[in-house]
Order: sequence, then C-alpha cells, then structure tokens
Amino acid sequence: MKSKRCAQVSQNCVACGCCVKVCPMQAISIWHGVAAQVNLEQCVGCGKCEKECPAGAIVLMERENAQ
Amino acid sequence: MKQKKHWYDFLWIVTPIYLGLGFFNIMFAWLGMIFFSVPLVIAIFGGGKLYCNRYCDRGQFLSLLGTKLKLSRNRPTPRWMVSPIFRYGFLIFFFAMFFQMLFTTYLVGAGAQSLKEFVTLFWTFRLPWHWAYHGTALPTWMAQFAFGFYSLMLTSTLIGILVMLIFKPRSWCVFCPMGTMTQLISKIKVGKMKKNETQARYSCECSCNKTP
Ligand code: SF4
Ligand code: SF4
Ligand code: SF4
Repeated sequence: MKSKRCAQVSQNCVACGCCVKVCPMQAISIWHGVAAQVNLEQCVGCGKCEKECPAGAIVLMERENAQ
Repeated sequence: MKQKKHWYDFLWIVTPIYLGLGFFNIMFAWLGMIFFSVPLVIAIFGGGKLYCNRYCDRGQFLSLLGTKLKLSRNRPTPRWMVSPIFRYGFLIFFFAMFFQMLFTTYLVGAGAQSLKEFVTLFWTFRLPWHWAYHGTALPTWMAQFAFGFYSLMLTSTLIGILVMLIFKPRSWCVFCPMGTMTQLISKIKVGKMKKNETQARYSCECSCNKTP
C-alpha cells in the first residue's frame, strides 16, 4: 500500500545530493545537476530526506496534493 | 536498505590530508587546484553536479563531522542563507577575493611586491606560517599563490565547519561557490538543451506534421 505522504522538492534545491544518500528507497536522483527529483512510486514518505536537506528544500505533503 | 560503500565514499580523508600537508610545506597548496578544476570540468562536459554528489571530499568531511560524529546542532539553515541573493553574492565575493589573490601573485612575480609569508584567515587575520615555507628553487610568485590559495581553502573549510556546527551538517553546500557555480553551469546547459529540442521540433521542413 502506498504511503499517505510523499516528498516534494522546492525551488530552493541546490542539488547537493544529501537527500539521495539518506533515502532508504533510493527514490531520489539529481536531475542534470539542477535539482533533486523524487520518484513518487518509490517514495514511502519516511521524511529522512526532509530532515537531511540543508536548504530546507524538501517538504512532505499529502500524496493527492503532490504534483 | 543500507547503501553499499564505494571507494569514493572515503574521499573525506583528502580534506585533513590537504590541510595537513600545507601546514608542513605551503607548496602543497597547489594541489588544491584539483578541487577547483575537476568540478567545473565535470559540469562543463555535462556531468552536472556529480562532483558534489559523489566525489567532493569537503562535503563528505562535513557530513562525517556533523552526522556521524554528531557535532552539528542540526538546526535549519536560515532562509537568507538559502536565498539566491546570498548564494550568488557569496560567489561574487569569493571570485573577487580569488582575483585579488591572483593580482598579488602577479605583483610578486613582477617584483613590485615582496613575498608575504603568511596565511590570512577570513581575509583579515594573519597567521605567521614561516615554517611552512623553506624557500625553494621555484619562483616566488608560485609561493605567493600557494600562501593565497591555502588561505582561501583554510578559510572556506573553517566557514564550512562553523555553519556545520550551528546549522545542518551540509549547510555550507548551500552557498559553497563551487556548488553554486556547477549548478549554474548545469542550469545553462539544460536551458540550451531545451532550446535545441524546441528548435529541432520546428525545423522539420517537410509537411508531414510529425516532430522529428
Ligand atoms: S538535500 Fe535538499 S538541496 Fe540537496 S539535493 Fe536534496 S533536496 Fe536538493
Ligand atoms: S520521504 Fe523517505 S522514501 Fe521518500 S524520498 Fe524522502 S527519504 Fe526517500
Ligand atoms: S557544494 Fe561545495 S562542499 Fe558541497 S559537495 Fe559541492 S563542492 Fe563540495
């Protein structure tokens, strides 16, 4: 069953890749060195990336509101 | 799921080795040019921020101190520090300092100034570093560059450690000039890529109405 929440990346992302390293589902990748990208299919909404992000660029949101 | 360790996960060791070597012989500071050129070359050739994401010793070193050794307070990085104004402002400031350092090197090389045998911390405080320079057969401008470059590397590492202690382990990466520059290069490259794609879509000259 899919989690209710999932990670969303904002414009503040500096593409440092810290979130990639902590994601237990390997759901994040860095898109062309520009920003992080979350694979919503893989994300389980654990929030580890949100805690790690130095730029405060990740928020957990309700899956139905996620783009 | 624990991720497998690779050889590049141990590159953090380069930071203390580099700073340590400069302590004994300032000419080792020249090795730092690798940290300047490799990320840019990777980004220019389309590798994005692979250097930050995989190979950066400083990023790993800060993670080690902040996360593994739990030295970071782990508080959110202030919003102003994340703002583009601060990030690009710091990049410009850093460049200005870098070019000032190059100018001093030029003056020493041209004989207009004598060699300044000290390391400057935070662009202000002079650390006498005489014993790191024993005089070499190399030209004095090379030594001057080494002192200037080492000052820059040491200062930026200390700023990184300071923000690591106060905020998140990798808060430095938010405004690190190399990180900002490589992201900027990547953004420009993606912009160009999109432009080329759009142009290709409209350049099909036959009347088939298909996108090439
Ligand atoms: S940790 Fe934050 S700033 Fe770094 S890549 Fe992930 S979302 Fe972007
Ligand atoms: S919320 Fe958890 S699973 Fe989802 S991207 Fe972040 S770290 Fe990965
Ligand atoms: S932002 Fe700077 S310190 Fe951080 S990983 Fe990239 S090059 Fe290294």
